[in-house]
Amino acid sequence: MEDYRDHPVRPYVLTSGRAHPSRNTIRPETLLVVDPDTPPPVTPTRQQRELLDMCGGLLSLAEAAAHMRLPVSLVVVIASDLVDSGHLQVRSAPRHSPPSAELLEKVLNGLRKL
Amino acid sequence: MASENSDWSDDGRYVAPTVAQSVKILVVGAFGVGKTTLIGSVSEIAPLRTEETMTLASVGVDSLTGLDDKATTTVAMDFGRITVSPDVVLYLFGTPGQRRFWDLWEGLAEGAVGALVLIDTRRIEDSFEVFDQLETRTGMPFAVAVNDFPGAPRYGADQLREALDLLPDTPIVHCDARNKESSAQALIKLVEHALHFPASEKALT
Repeated sequence: MEDYRDHPVRPYVLTSGRAHPSRNTIRPETLLVVDPDTPPPVTPTRQQRELLDMCGGLLSLAEAAAHMRLPVSLVVVIASDLVDSGHLQVRSAPRHSPPSAELLEKVLNGLRKL
Repeated sequence: MASENSDWSDDGRYVAPTVAQSVKILVVGAFGVGKTTLIGSVSEIAPLRTEETMTLASVGVDSLTGLDDKATTTVAMDFGRITVSPDVVLYLFGTPGQRRFWDLWEGLAEGAVGALVLIDTRRIEDSFEVFDQLETRTGMPFAVAVNDFPGAPRYGADQLREALDLLPDTPIVHCDARNKESSAQALIKLVEHALHFPASEKALT
């Protein structure tokens, strides 16, 4: 496994000092994808551009963070801003309660086919 | 957009465009118990790693006298993915046993199907804290998978249930984390259990 990127700056400099995202609904398993109808940001930060490039297809936040070799907590902040500005879409609504029986049945059926 | 990622579209890294929901299972256990092996045996992608830093003060270790209280350590989480139906993807997050580590990943425990607790019979005591937290703090459904390492003592389910002080309903399965069918079977037991015993209302704060 590759080493994590060594950062010349502390991670939260990249998020203008904020440790908490603007909204609290993005989870490691939340699926994100670029909104094809929204023009790219005019002056994206390097991390914003990288995340948008990464989310050209459907990807969970955890996967995007792992590929970018940045902490999930940091990418949540970057993603939240891009969702707020309309550049990223949240595909899967975050779940606050346990999955329904119907959803569990789908998971079971999928596992039985492995 | 031309970038180093532009060749990703066909190599299976992306989730299928038909997927509209994601669910997750936590694969919990002590270091070296085989979490990443189990995840890798069933995952459709090579397991990925994500890291967070935490201050040592919050690790709860009391042998750090003299160290800078802002000293940090890195905690890693490996995870994998299974597309279980055209519209549902399942993530398997492998996390250390202690709840304080889960909290490093925003909302990691919230809304999970449940936890598969991997244990090694040579180091059963490592898992006591995990069960205590699952039962008293999360209310999340869980099942126990005994990773049968070569040379490890073999115990029957009843002996383990007694040693681990588990409820009669809690599933206990033996598995070989390297084997896809065996790992899948352990996950199936957990999901069946979650269907019959959903998380209690106090769950998941």
